[in-house]
Amino acid sequence: MALPLEGSQALARTVALCRPQVVSAYPITPQTHIVEGIARLVADGQLECEMVSVESEHSAASVALGAAAAGSRAYTASASQGILLMSEVLFDIAGMRVPLVMTCANRAVSAPLSIWNDHQDAMAVRDAGWIQLYCASNQEAVDTTVQAFRIAEHCSLPVMVCVDGFTLTHTLEPLELPDQAQVDDYLPAYRFAHGLDPDAPRSLGTLVTPEHFTEARLGHHAALQRALGAIEAADADWAAVSGRGCGGLLEVRGDPQARTGILVMGSVLGTLEDAMDADPRGRRVRFLKLRSFRPFPAEALRRACQGLDTLIVLDRALSPGSGGIVGPEVKAALMDMTDPPRVHNLAAGLGGRDLPLDLYGRLLEAVEGAEAPLPFTLIDADPLLLPEADRPGAPLPEEAP
Amino acid sequence: MSAEEAHPHLETLRGHQPRFRGLEAGHRACQGCGEALAARLVTEAAGPDVMVANATGCLEVFTTPWPQSAWRLPWIHSVFGNAAAVAAGMEAALKQQGRRTRVLAFAGDGGTFDIGFQALSGMMERGHDVLFVCFDNEAYMNTGVQRSGSTPHAAMTNTSPPGTARMGKRHMKKDILAIIAAHRIPYAATASVAYPSDLRKKVRRAMDTGGPVFLQVHSPCPLGWGHDSDLTVQVARLAVQTGLFPLVEMERGELIGTLPIREVRPVADYLRLQQRFRHLFAGDFRAEKELEHLQAIADRNIERFELRGTGKERYDTEGADTVHRGGDRWA
Ligand SMILES: Cc1ncc(C[n+]2csc(CCOP(=O)(O)OP(=O)(O)O)c2C)c(N)n1
Ligand code: SF4
Ligand SMILES: [Mg+2]
Repeated sequence: MALPLEGSQALARTVALCRPQVVSAYPITPQTHIVEGIARLVADGQLECEMVSVESEHSAASVALGAAAAGSRAYTASASQGILLMSEVLFDIAGMRVPLVMTCANRAVSAPLSIWNDHQDAMAVRDAGWIQLYCASNQEAVDTTVQAFRIAEHCSLPVMVCVDGFTLTHTLEPLELPDQAQVDDYLPAYRFAHGLDPDAPRSLGTLVTPEHFTEARLGHHAALQRALGAIEAADADWAAVSGRGCGGLLEVRGDPQARTGILVMGSVLGTLEDAMDADPRGRRVRFLKLRSFRPFPAEALRRACQGLDTLIVLDRALSPGSGGIVGPEVKAALMDMTDPPRVHNLAAGLGGRDLPLDLYGRLLEAVEGAEAPLPFTLIDADPLLLPEADRPGAPLPEEAP
Repeated sequence: MSAEEAHPHLETLRGHQPRFRGLEAGHRACQGCGEALAARLVTEAAGPDVMVANATGCLEVFTTPWPQSAWRLPWIHSVFGNAAAVAAGMEAALKQQGRRTRVLAFAGDGGTFDIGFQALSGMMERGHDVLFVCFDNEAYMNTGVQRSGSTPHAAMTNTSPPGTARMGKRHMKKDILAIIAAHRIPYAATASVAYPSDLRKKVRRAMDTGGPVFLQVHSPCPLGWGHDSDLTVQVARLAVQTGLFPLVEMERGELIGTLPIREVRPVADYLRLQQRFRHLFAGDFRAEKELEHLQAIADRNIERFELRGTGKERYDTEGADTVHRGGDRWA
């Protein structure tokens, strides 16, 4: 039965259903409601776990790491500045192949200060060696969170569940929560093969010389590649248990026959789907919902692009001085296709800028008739709001004498 | 089933303490490394049913060149600044699992006074059952001897070199114990590798007390301090005998005991053995002033902690760690 729930409350309850033994977090908007929700469940005795409310995100990630290494299922959540403050530990967790789950309530990164949604935070740590799964809806966030524990523990890799801040975390909607028996059936007991144990003392996180470092990295890379299969299997198994799948690695939606595609990650998909249904010109596109950004499902992507003439990749973050982030990765993957679509990389919705229904038409009109890939553009930016000297194409100021 | 029944051989091992060696020989520390000695003594007294979270630093690097490890304990290194937080997570996990295994956090002075301080403060404030051990060698040794918040006033390091405009480190050694004391944790103490049975006693007391407990172990570094490797214990002993490194114990932030100094030595005796203080013996005005400053710091410590002994005591700078006929109850 669907219950009216705020995204964050649903996530708090879902995390509790996964029976974490240690939860550690530090508050940051828009993640706060999730950990507040978990704290209430602990306070009411509905979740038996050690809730460690730490003094920084660096410590939140470290506590989760220590707990997982010592044999407990661990969870944390953060966003934005918190993700960056954690970043040192995030690389470390992944490098040690410690399985734990984190929700990233995606938010822009300072400066300028913005508490609103984009994907800059998760993108900043895309090379940390975590699995990154993006959720298109709160229902997916719920279902992906349960799957994340299974994937993490199966693959010995940490999983970041990316949930758009505010757009999802603070939105109230009818949601199906799994029941405890379903989750218990689906999730085996926590196990970390390289855990700390006085009866079998092991040294974790040691110094590695150049003789072995490359192989350690190779092993990590291979683990992420192997995770492609585990992510698909976890989704299929969960669909069998709950009746709800999340589209595996990458899901084709909209009109599968369309020759124009739009690739997105996260909740903007819903807006674009609604816009397509209401489009006065009746334009139909093939939507590519990229759920797994790490590992990057190049093969699945190429399959999903068969028959496309045009693919718009909509980024929700920016690599200043380069352009989009997802866009170039998609292009690189499609290079291996015999007949790849023309890829246009656009970005929109930075720092919480509204993603209205007419974005759909604007994206299509921007690329209509283009014979070559468009240069990367922030499609919803208004350069006229900038001082003249800061606008694209403005000349360099004179150097001081 | 109790943890005890589950791990009968741990109990057997416990029976062999303090023979248990948590840190084996054959690691790669420099000859005469105080930190290696200190870590062995600490684990001897604390092990074997413990887990260690180790900060980045010499201790981490010289013990674990993969695929080798000198540790006989479950041991994890994460990053430089988070040993206390990783330990807190381990403790939370063990508590939740109902296990009795205890958690130690190891860090150098950099990982304690400076980059690891926030995590340490948070861990103590939250009351985790963790023994945090600071191996205090008074600089960032692992990166090649740079100043830390623990480097003594006027000491030379590679980022506090003496020169025509400077006399080594300009600032004071941070009074970490006072800051720890302000957390009102159940037990905190200073110890020195020059007094091993005192050190072991403090480890045991810390383990018996439980809760967040803290130990600062003065650990000379022949490489960074510039003294002969066979002088490590002598240098450490002089630090205590001069009053520059008082050995004290605190409960809930209140002083409960000190190691009295039987014969107070002038600080110059300590400083002269170390190249890091060489510029203080140039004989010029600036050098003499700095020597006076350091003597004043030692005098103030002696006064503040009432360190001056009143005679020949079994537990003082000469009696402690001396073998007495019949043995000593406390050792
Ligand atoms: C975030 C970060 N900054 C800097 C370093 C470099 N670093 C590694 S160990 C170390 C110094 C360690 O000093 P200390 O904690 O006193 O331990 P010691 O080596 O002296 O035993 C430094 C600066 C690092 N590893 N991580
Ligand atoms: S540099 Fe100092 S602390 Fe490091 S191993 Fe050598 S003696 Fe020990
Ligand atoms: Mg040091």
